[in-house]
Amino acid sequence: MAKKIRILLAKPGLDGHDRGAKVLARCFRDAGFEVIYTGCHNTPEQIVNAAIQEDVDMVGLSCLSGAHTYLYPEVVQQLKDRGVTDIPVVGGGIIPDRDMQPLYDAGLKAIFTPGATLDSIVEWINTNIAAKE
Amino acid sequence: MLFTQELLDQSSLLRKKWEDEVKRVVSKNPDQKADWSTVSDLGIKRIYGPEDIGGMDFEKDIAYPGQFPFLRGCQATGYRGKYWTFRMFSGMGTAVTTNERWHYLLNNGQTGLSTAFDFPTLMGYDTDSPKAKGECGKCGVAIDTIEDFFDLTKGIPLGKVSTSMTINPPATILWAMYCATADIQGIPLTQLSGTIQNDMLKEFIAQKTLMCPPEPSVKLISDTIEFGTKYVPKWNTVSISGYHIREAGATAVQELAFTLRDGMEYVEDVIRRKGLPVDSFAPRLSFFFNSHIDFFEEIAKMRAARRIWSRGMRERYGSTDERSWWMRFHTQTAGCSLTAQQPYNNVVRTATEALAAVLGGTASLHTNSLDEVLCLPSDHAVQIALRTQQIIAEETGVCNTIDPLAGSYFVEALTNEMEEQAWDYIHKIDELGGMVAAIEKGFPQLEISDAAYKFQRQIDAAEKIMIGVNKYNVENEEVDIPLVEIDETVEQEQLQRLAAVKRNRDSKRVKECLEDIKKACEKGENVMPYCIEAVKARASVQEICDVYREVYGEYRDPGIY
Amino acid sequence: MEELGKRALTGDIRAVSRLIRNIEDQVPNTHEAIKHIFPFTGRAHVVGITGAPGAGKSTLTDQLICSIRAKNKTVGVMAVDPSSPFTGGALLGDRIRMLRHADDPGVFVRSLATRGAMGGLSKAVGDGIHVLDVMGKDVIIVETVGVGQQEVDIINHAHTVLVVLVPGMGDEVQAIKAGLMEVADIFIINKADREGARKLYKETLSMMDMGKFPSGWRPPIVMVESNLEPHSFAKSVDELYEKIQEHYKFLYDNNLLQERAQLKVQTEINDALRSAILEPVLNKLIETGEFDQMVQKLLKKETDPYTLADEVAAKYLIK
Ligand code: B12
Ligand SMILES: Nc1nc2c(ncn2[C@@H]2O[C@H](COP(=O)(O)OP(=O)(O)OP(=O)(O)O)[C@@H](O)[C@H]2O)c(=O)[nH]1
Ligand SMILES: [Mg+2]
Repeated sequence: MAKKIRILLAKPGLDGHDRGAKVLARCFRDAGFEVIYTGCHNTPEQIVNAAIQEDVDMVGLSCLSGAHTYLYPEVVQQLKDRGVTDIPVVGGGIIPDRDMQPLYDAGLKAIFTPGATLDSIVEWINTNIAAKE
Repeated sequence: MLFTQELLDQSSLLRKKWEDEVKRVVSKNPDQKADWSTVSDLGIKRIYGPEDIGGMDFEKDIAYPGQFPFLRGCQATGYRGKYWTFRMFSGMGTAVTTNERWHYLLNNGQTGLSTAFDFPTLMGYDTDSPKAKGECGKCGVAIDTIEDFFDLTKGIPLGKVSTSMTINPPATILWAMYCATADIQGIPLTQLSGTIQNDMLKEFIAQKTLMCPPEPSVKLISDTIEFGTKYVPKWNTVSISGYHIREAGATAVQELAFTLRDGMEYVEDVIRRKGLPVDSFAPRLSFFFNSHIDFFEEIAKMRAARRIWSRGMRERYGSTDERSWWMRFHTQTAGCSLTAQQPYNNVVRTATEALAAVLGGTASLHTNSLDEVLCLPSDHAVQIALRTQQIIAEETGVCNTIDPLAGSYFVEALTNEMEEQAWDYIHKIDELGGMVAAIEKGFPQLEISDAAYKFQRQIDAAEKIMIGVNKYNVENEEVDIPLVEIDETVEQEQLQRLAAVKRNRDSKRVKECLEDIKKACEKGENVMPYCIEAVKARASVQEICDVYREVYGEYRDPGIY
Repeated sequence: MEELGKRALTGDIRAVSRLIRNIEDQVPNTHEAIKHIFPFTGRAHVVGITGAPGAGKSTLTDQLICSIRAKNKTVGVMAVDPSSPFTGGALLGDRIRMLRHADDPGVFVRSLATRGAMGGLSKAVGDGIHVLDVMGKDVIIVETVGVGQQEVDIINHAHTVLVVLVPGMGDEVQAIKAGLMEVADIFIINKADREGARKLYKETLSMMDMGKFPSGWRPPIVMVESNLEPHSFAKSVDELYEKIQEHYKFLYDNNLLQERAQLKVQTEINDALRSAILEPVLNKLIETGEFDQMVQKLLKKETDPYTLADEVAAKYLIK
């Protein structure tokens, strides 16, 4: 049996800061994960549909524009609305401390901000995201 | 030959002695590390001497400021005549809020304006588009119609202050708003000075505010260049930007090469498409570079940039007007060199980077604020950043003399090396069929993304140092600085403003104007005059962009990495 | 597992994607679900799209989805990208080109990694097609990894195989000669904006003139306009879709669908036997440590691979 961790990496909203997302996509490949990167300018609907069709183990959102306060909870909510509660959503970017708790309350499983090492992110995934049973 | 044979012989003798001494010392006290390289991974030697630059030709390669090849600057008088323009990039929330910030900066001694737009504006959407939800005012000022523009420029003497606008796909529209506003105030277009960024090639490569495919995007840029050349002669119609390329992860050489090749692409396009002689428009092309943390590499890069451009203009395009050979550029310190950790350290980084930009001969400068990694700059943080420039200009004495590092063995050698490597890239892109073709093949994107990934790994492995991130970290640091917050009320307010404008305008007239723009697009006419009419009629940014999208098609992020 | 199969039959998207996931991960008992859905398969028109890396396969698929949807037909896509041989990870980069269809309930897109499979596909493609088929997709597009001439497994799965050629790839025409020629039902000259497109067209044409077409279908060559000119691109892909439909009709009218189906079932029984017979034996050998012992024996030259294989066969296979 050859289980693999599959990750959807997406940039919701109008943000175009994709340096971090692209670095992460490569890093995930090198960590042995299968990565579906959907690029910039995704709507929450597109992300949710992609996550479902790809049956991923995790959705990773990267937004540096400040619109995370709306977009991240929106993705989690739309997943819920579609009956999906077993795909964890993880976010990163410029997230001020004041927004952390509200985002966790909204259902995000982890949040990584500038300075987070690639190794620490991979390690978090390896310990917290089991490939689907 | 810069040096006599006698001197070179002497040098080589002394050098040998020095090398022996180094060997002796190193065998007992090894160097701290094996690899000594720039932040871009360019290897640097322990020492440079006459032999490293002996092959240079003083007249052809160095000369004086205001003389070809402009290595030492375009202006004969350097900063004695005028400091660089202190130009802080700013924009937040509504036009009214941003206008307040502008006045604050001008009152603090800023000498030029620079506009940051919010994401919906940057991408050609109105605040009431579903795609804009959650983004209004967050990263810059929200502009939907010319009414917002009136608020933005309230109390600003448009005929006197030069204003730069960081806007790309909708550049025609925002510039049209600027021109229309001036026109309504009775200020002749010939008096306006400023810059629209309007550089789509680097959008595909690095910044990703995308709208239409490359080909029509370049066409719209050529429209503005043509319009500016004819009617707004003091305006810089394109700011060919390396800043974004660098921030996306490029090395200094990549920034240099891709930016200059972008510039050449525009030159070639205007000549081909508009049939304008090169010297009729090239003097108004301006550039925009990054000033990163590696001090000498940045200085060398800027000096090399001037020399490459003048050589390229003269040799590749047969330009004969000196003003076309001048590479004038704005600089911004490197956002990506700053840290969220121990944010006050950012003041030091920015000061160092700003100093490099000044020694590199920038014509205009933005200095990042210490809260760069956390939020849009607060009043206090932006004031420190502005003061940094003023201190460099008026206290440090670095402006006393022009290009003080010229003749340094190291700086000249590094300048030469970077120029050489840049030309290699430029020729490679020529072979690929030019920059548009290279972008379609993903060439610059892949080069940059390789560099970005490598750098991130180097940071993770502490092979390159970022204080506070991978060295001298503070555990459980409490960052206690005020963070700017753009809350959701801004969006509500802006939605109401837009709704009011749409209610009160003559919608039949708007329709006609949009129809005119569509026809101009289809016929390949210059869209600028039609845009000016349309914005006067209160057509919105998105309404005009929708016409572009309809005629030219929409371009989506191909996600090449 | 059977439950998952049942739900897939109703078009339940989560069940479909989970089922494909289980096939990929080779989760035990997934075969139960396939057994359940197998009787309902065979409805969809399966279109394969193959060609060199970066030839524009995904971009074409994206536009083809538009053409197919315009005819009110539903589409399933399986897009395969290579796994890294070093880390086992993969960048699945096809979906990004098709993102605009993400909100369309008539379109289902799934990215797969090769996970070591040769031949340009993932092992999950065969059964994956069944799943998309029974969920009710009318047309199933399978995008292979960017291939050379050897990787043509797609022929075993698709009714219609599109081979995408682009100008300026040098030995492209050699590759056609070497293998792709046999599998192509339609040739596409893509990126017609690039220099050399006309020339490539002519070369391909003259090669066709030398070819033999026992079935009576002479693969047409379709020039597709640049995707950077969205309007003409759309128009030429509409034409491509017409050719694809023509091909399907040709197969149908000439009773050739059966022949294609035969290729597929042959592959399937092959794979099924492998997983029913060979894999369990191999697993057993690995589990008991016998495999390692055999390796050691071979290293010491105490025996040879064939003798070992005979011994294993004698022990595990009931003659
Ligand atoms: C580089 C940069 C740019 C580049 C982007 C190049 C590119 N293609 O990415 C350029 C110059 C083009 C740019 C432009 C703009 N920028 Co900018 N930019 C930055 C900068 C300096 C660094 C971002 C970066 O790439 N860091 C390096 C990467 C590797 O780090 P990262 O993305 O943060 O990712 C790390 C973590 O956050 C985390 N992470 C991130 N995402 C995810 C996702 C998952 C799933 C996980 C697990 C982890 C994770 O892991 C990564 C590794 O540690 C930041 C400030 C800063 N220093 O952070 C401003 C910043 C993000 N930019 C900003 C702004 C305003 C803009 C503009 C809108 C300006 C304007 N009005 O024109 C434009 C818009 C451009 C666009 N289309 O998006 C603001 C945003 C303000 C806010 N959110 O409140 C910032 C914060 C600067 C500031 N203080 O003003 N920018
Ligand atoms: N100039 C030009 N470029 C095109 C055309 N069609 C696609 N491209 C570009 O070619 C690149 C590769 O396209 P894809 O559709 O990803 O190619 P692919 O064959 O699916 O690639 P792989 O799946 O990686 O093998 C993209 O950058 C496309 O934008 C075209 O007609 N003309
Ligand atoms: Mg593809």
